[in-house]
Amino acid sequence: MDEALSPVPASPKPVSWAGGFFDSDLWISFKRSKVTVIAAIITLLFFLLAIFAGLVAPQDPFDPAQLDLLNSRLPPIWQEGGQAPFVLGTDDQGRDIFSAIAYGLRISLIVGFLGVLFSAVLGIGLGLIAGYFGGVTDAVIMRIADVQLTFPAILIALLIDGVVKSVLGNQIDAWTILGVLVFSIGLSFWVQYARTVRGSVLVEKNKDYVAAARLIGLPAPVVMLRHVLPNVLGPVLVIATINLALAIITEATLSFLGSGMPPTMPSLGTLIRIGNDFLFSGEWWIVAFPGLALATLVLAINLLGDWLRDALNPRLR
Amino acid sequence: MLAFIVRRALQALGVLFAVGLIAFAMFRFAGDPVNQMVGADTPPEERLAIREQLGLNDPVVLQFARYLAGALRFDFGISYQFRQPVAQLLSERMPATLELALCATLLALVFGILMGVYSALRRDSALAKLFQAISLIGVSLPTFLIGILLIYLFAVTLGWLPSNGRGETVRLGWWTTGLLTWSGLKALIMPSITLGLFQMTLIMRLVRAEMLEVLRTDYIRFARARGLRTRAIHFGHALKNTLVPVITIAGLQLGSVIAFAIITETVFQWPGMGLLFVQAVQNVDIPIMAAYLLLVGLIFVVINLVVDILYTVVDPRLRVTLRRPA
Repeated sequence: MDEALSPVPASPKPVSWAGGFFDSDLWISFKRSKVTVIAAIITLLFFLLAIFAGLVAPQDPFDPAQLDLLNSRLPPIWQEGGQAPFVLGTDDQGRDIFSAIAYGLRISLIVGFLGVLFSAVLGIGLGLIAGYFGGVTDAVIMRIADVQLTFPAILIALLIDGVVKSVLGNQIDAWTILGVLVFSIGLSFWVQYARTVRGSVLVEKNKDYVAAARLIGLPAPVVMLRHVLPNVLGPVLVIATINLALAIITEATLSFLGSGMPPTMPSLGTLIRIGNDFLFSGEWWIVAFPGLALATLVLAINLLGDWLRDALNPRLR
Repeated sequence: MLAFIVRRALQALGVLFAVGLIAFAMFRFAGDPVNQMVGADTPPEERLAIREQLGLNDPVVLQFARYLAGALRFDFGISYQFRQPVAQLLSERMPATLELALCATLLALVFGILMGVYSALRRDSALAKLFQAISLIGVSLPTFLIGILLIYLFAVTLGWLPSNGRGETVRLGWWTTGLLTWSGLKALIMPSITLGLFQMTLIMRLVRAEMLEVLRTDYIRFARARGLRTRAIHFGHALKNTLVPVITIAGLQLGSVIAFAIITETVFQWPGMGLLFVQAVQNVDIPIMAAYLLLVGLIFVVINLVVDILYTVVDPRLRVTLRRPA
């Protein structure tokens, strides 16, 4: 992240930072930061692994017909006793760890993306309304935001999760649980978007183009969505990137605590929860590789977010 | 000044009231309390009698008032799974959580400040870069992974420290402490590190940024010009001036530490309030969940209020700006 800040040796072509095409500035600052490029490649690899899990993974880890108990608890391939298709070893049911990670990654990323999307839409919407209309609406929304901000997101997510489950009962299928997770993560992260968008809207709404749009008689929703919104999206992008990492961590934590994805459709967090039970019997790989995958993914996304924050900030903080 | 304190206190009460409303809504409407208390074969007449007895047929406002009045006397109802008063369950587990949170905060403060000062003074040294890398990992690694890693290293592989529980505890009145026995102290080490690591990186980054800022100011330059020794400048002048925001953040974070203890306590099976809460969420034990929400809400509101008031006491400039809009 510091690489983006440090002065760079003069390049053959002088690059103008002021003016010029925005995208190319972003691209140049991206290329200059080695750490960011590596982080982007790693993130991309994880995304590809999740999307093409069915093609890359040697087995479908959740099809009982493909599991063989004879292959259970095999160590990784480079250790004594490791066997050919199971590169990262197997768990107690003969499930290939690598395949489990690929499929788990898919669940983690789906929950992460949908959670960020939900919280962003909610936060941007409420922020636009609060900033644009002001007055009592603004006061009510921001008060709720203030109160919620005093509680950590993980606590709110746990509470929502518990309440929804008690309302729906214990017999709910894995996809419903996924929906509940997205819902609780979305509800616990909207505040940051709302605050940022509201702040930007307060600045934008006094500008001439908004006055012009109002003067020609456009209804408030059109002015907000078509004219104000595009001008406040920059910071939102940064928050969304950093929040993707946070959402993935939150989902993993909920699953680890036993309030998330069930073992029948595990995310990375569930895999770590399951693997944690084998730590003491010496089968370290069952927990270590899902953990490593989660940590690497989150670190890479965080690095991308840090870089994006600096690159989109004209003052470079 | 007094008006400000009164206004802030009223706001705090408002927040607590809102939290109480949410806790009550959970307590009353999430699932049927009667279903949770009796077996499936209980006849309907008996159920109705229990409903009447619990006051579930009264107007909702009355029930809410009764819930709040109960909460003020630390009466949060009976836990579904333990069949014991929630207040008793919470108070039994509170010392464990508070000791853990306090140790973690102390650890974070001491090491965070030391590392922050060092990396501000020797910005380009290898050790400072290492600290920066550690702080990035501390922010990125989920708490429970750090805990698992520590357990694998120090409990499974090396066998130096216990992997779960509090060790032996000593009873002091109603408070149980693990600080007085050797095994209790040993059991405290890994959970404290796990819980404190995030706060430590936060404090380290803050101290570093504040130190760099302060070292650029005129009074530091003047101190140098006076020929004071470097150590006196760095620690007597610069560090002292960075400590106010640091202590504020550490204070404000104390609430989050208690909330994040949920995760650490689960990893280490630490018998505190957080573990109780997680088990309550899994078993849909609503009275415990509601009471925990109220308790954490109270802790947060009180900490925020105290910090706000202390700020106006410490910093006279704030009092002036506060008077203007009112």
